[in-house]
Amino acid sequence: MKILVAVKRVIDYNVQIRVKEDNTGVVTENVKMSTNPPDDNAIEEAVKIKESGKATEVVAVSVGEEKAQETVRKALAVGADRGILIKADGILEPLAVSKLLQKIVEKEKPDLVFMGKQAIDDDCNQTGQMLSALLNWPQATFASKIEIKDKKLEVTREIDEGLETIEINIPAIVTCDLRLNEPRYASLPNIMKAKKKPIEQLNASDLGVDTSPRIEQIKVEEPPKRKAGIKVKSVAELVQKLKNEAKVI
Amino acid sequence: MSVLLIAEHNNKELKSFTLNAVTAASQMDSDLHAVIIGNNCGDAAKKLSELPLVKKVIQVEAAHYENFVAENFAPVIVKLAENYSHVVCSANTFGKNLMPRIAAALDTSQVSDIIKVISSDTFLRPIYAGNAFATVKSKDPKKCITIRPTSFDPCESSGGSAPIDKAEPSEEFNNTKFVKREEIKSDRPELGTARVVVSGGRGMQSGDNFKLITSVADKLNAAIGASRAAVDAGYIGNDHQVGQTGKVVVPDLYIAIGISGAIQHLAGMKESKVIVAINKDGEAPIFSVADYGLEADLFEALPQFIEELNKLNTIQK
Repeated sequence: MKILVAVKRVIDYNVQIRVKEDNTGVVTENVKMSTNPPDDNAIEEAVKIKESGKATEVVAVSVGEEKAQETVRKALAVGADRGILIKADGILEPLAVSKLLQKIVEKEKPDLVFMGKQAIDDDCNQTGQMLSALLNWPQATFASKIEIKDKKLEVTREIDEGLETIEINIPAIVTCDLRLNEPRYASLPNIMKAKKKPIEQLNASDLGVDTSPRIEQIKVEEPPKRKAGIKVKSVAELVQKLKNEAKVI
Repeated sequence: MSVLLIAEHNNKELKSFTLNAVTAASQMDSDLHAVIIGNNCGDAAKKLSELPLVKKVIQVEAAHYENFVAENFAPVIVKLAENYSHVVCSANTFGKNLMPRIAAALDTSQVSDIIKVISSDTFLRPIYAGNAFATVKSKDPKKCITIRPTSFDPCESSGGSAPIDKAEPSEEFNNTKFVKREEIKSDRPELGTARVVVSGGRGMQSGDNFKLITSVADKLNAAIGASRAAVDAGYIGNDHQVGQTGKVVVPDLYIAIGISGAIQHLAGMKESKVIVAINKDGEAPIFSVADYGLEADLFEALPQFIEELNKLNTIQK
């Protein structure tokens, strides 16, 4: 069994986001970049499946600028066997990314495609579902547990009401929740080893996919600030304020 | 131009956020139809027809729609979408799972999780977990939009009498089978819709100490929340987590106890109407978003708080 894992390079989750003064986006220059956190869970799960003997190869793929190679390299350092980078500049919408991934799936013919449930930059939560629609494959989104049963997967999904379990036939798409597993850190020897693993580079334009945006970003602004509150001195004062001033209790 | 809203329901009743989604959809165009897909969902369809903003209900029923599997739902909606300019749904796990499958089939770039309708093609949406707001304009001929339910008021729920049309079901998708759903049952209000939320963080120091949070929540008929740190430390289950990777809540009153206010937590609660923070670290970032801050040891403050609430002797409903 072969598993393809899609990873995205995003601003690190610990970085305080700053909006550009001209309102064209957020500041990305000189900002620490990392793998989108749930994509780390996706890689971890694929590598664990391989370690258990149920998969033979894990391929990491990313779409984006040249530097997204670092993100692919990190996936290689935690256990992926080889990488693919689809180079593309500018804003890439999930629809375009899923069409590019479709091309890779057609070429690589994986049994499973894993990725994070959502990217923490655009917060779209679309790519996995779109890819499964384009391929007409089953989708298991927001997965917090995956069990492989012959040619099927049993997946527990995190839904608003609690947990849902579905059974899907392979080939399939799984989008991963942060609760799926605890991603490992890359060890130094593995980081060194990863440098020797191959990364195939392709250009989005060569794959015959039109990636031009369909959504015009008119402006990006800071969210409205909350007005400064007050400090109360005692519990009694707090309760009085909540009752008489805020009128919420 | 006309809008197709996808109703969320449990086959018996509409999910309350459907009313918020109707409000949002009606702001895109007043010619609003709603589709309900399910199994034996006639009662919920009738409720949908009573929403005054809904001009027509389309009901699609089949056994394979019983459990809301996106692979079964999408083809029906894609077919119906021929007649509409917009397809709209709530951005909860139901809509997040379903809408991109529809959008890809329609070759539309979806606009996710909007918090404001600026015009029929222009919307406001949070990005970077609410640390920035983007104004975006969809250029696709058909628009697929998911809306953040807590950002829109629920619509009027009675007085309407829209006609209910039946539509043909599509074939079953055989590669996905529903197995089971484990709903977390609680006597408390649901975290996502509660009027009051009381949350505990790492400052609670143990799962046992969460009893203090429970007592406060009992007094205020509140839902119980938690920071990721408290969940990771095992003090409480992850279904209580508020934040970027948990639930986004917008209650009238949010009480953060022993929570420092990491960016990822603030993203899940800072739109609350009134925020209270109780923390012994006066420099904790949570105070920067709190309307009322109390710098105190929570183990002293909470028993007093419970006592003061007892004096008020009013249990809020």
